[in-house]
Amino acid sequence: MKTRILGLVALAAVIAATAVALFVVPPDQNQGDAQRIMYPHVASAWLAYLSFGVTALAGIGWLWKRDLRLDAVAHSAAEIGVMFTAFAIWGGMMWGRPVWGVFWQWEDPRLTTTALLLALYVGYLLLRRLSDDPERRATRAAIVGVIAAVDIPIVHFSVEWWRGLHQTATIGSPDRVLNPAAPMVFVGSLLGMLGAFTLAWLYLMIRRYQLARAEAAREEARRMDRIMTARTVEAAR
Amino acid sequence: MNALRRDASVALAVARKDAIAELRGRHATVSTLFFAGIVLLLFGFALGPDADRLAAAAPGLLWLAVVFAGILAVSRLHLLETDDGALEHLALYPVSRQAIYAGKAIGGFAVMLLIAVLVLVAVGILFAVDVLGAWPALLATAVLGAAGVAAVGTFYAGITVRLRAREVMLPLLMLPVLAPLLLGAVKATAAALAGDPFGELGAWLQLLVAFDVIMIVAGAATYGYLLEDG
Repeated sequence: MKTRILGLVALAAVIAATAVALFVVPPDQNQGDAQRIMYPHVASAWLAYLSFGVTALAGIGWLWKRDLRLDAVAHSAAEIGVMFTAFAIWGGMMWGRPVWGVFWQWEDPRLTTTALLLALYVGYLLLRRLSDDPERRATRAAIVGVIAAVDIPIVHFSVEWWRGLHQTATIGSPDRVLNPAAPMVFVGSLLGMLGAFTLAWLYLMIRRYQLARAEAAREEARRMDRIMTARTVEAAR
Repeated sequence: MNALRRDASVALAVARKDAIAELRGRHATVSTLFFAGIVLLLFGFALGPDADRLAAAAPGLLWLAVVFAGILAVSRLHLLETDDGALEHLALYPVSRQAIYAGKAIGGFAVMLLIAVLVLVAVGILFAVDVLGAWPALLATAVLGAAGVAAVGTFYAGITVRLRAREVMLPLLMLPVLAPLLLGAVKATAAALAGDPFGELGAWLQLLVAFDVIMIVAGAATYGYLLEDG
């Protein structure tokens, strides 16, 4: 019941924040209406990083405490993180087309980093699918999750250098709105969107976690079933 | 101090074991080198025959060939261990897990360095790039790049070796992690070949050192869990 209320509140918040971003905030002077994409785009990117942080921490927690519930948290966060990463890339491309003239801008370190992020965590999810034993799966996934999280700053740093050592980028970053000089209405709208998306993230996390636990219970029941069948066959001989 | 010395001798013993198996079988290195050569040849077909374009793309082609060959090399080194449950026996030895990781990684590093140097020579011949002129910087890049591929490859091969779809999963997991290494190695090679006009060579080598150190530490810290129940 509490989760359902949280879900309804999150839904209302996302709708309200979207309405504000679409109709209340004036269009950007340089970018026009395309700039409105920035609100869900930045919110998605933030949640992607939050999710992958949770995946890494829960993975370390599994290696330390050996509690499969922590593995379920890591799995849920990774799956939701991949969704928000894809959403952030999609939003970035939709924004890049009218503003930069191209869908993909190789000189933007954030876009390239995010693409690698997607590749890293899709690999994480595929690895989980290929392992049958719950504990082995949790250990493998935890290690991959930790290494991926360690890799993210190196990737970001190297991609930034890759572009930066040769020329200074003149492309406006979408986060420039966070500049204190930006009008309050933009900042307020962005913060509202961040809050609304985070509520939705929390709701999704709880639901996905419940699902992961139910999946684990079914997996365990099936395993017991197989063992029992094998014993019955043996006893009948 | 004593413990450190014992770990070092364990690591060398594991590496020596791999080297002997490799020398007697000679499966991995020869076929991997052959594979790298074919990759270079196909890059030539894909981008050639314009000599200028090939020379400009040479650093990127060099490192892509090394990284692709590296996937085969590290997977081969772990595949050796699946025969007769050798990996389980390795896990049973009462020695530190870091030492076993170091041993496997040293074996991988030796193979990768050989591949990197030979591919470098092949690139010099095939794409008409002057590799001898800048050999100290190129060798440093090759050493750091080979160390990074070996460090990352050793624990990813350890993760995937017992999977059903390991041929697909190993590159899928390894390649995105290696992206910063590829970037740094290509940039360092290009800078070295051009005579380092912007003075950026040192920065790229530092990036490679940082990548290697972080990945070696991360690999050593997690490899024990893999041996136990990965």
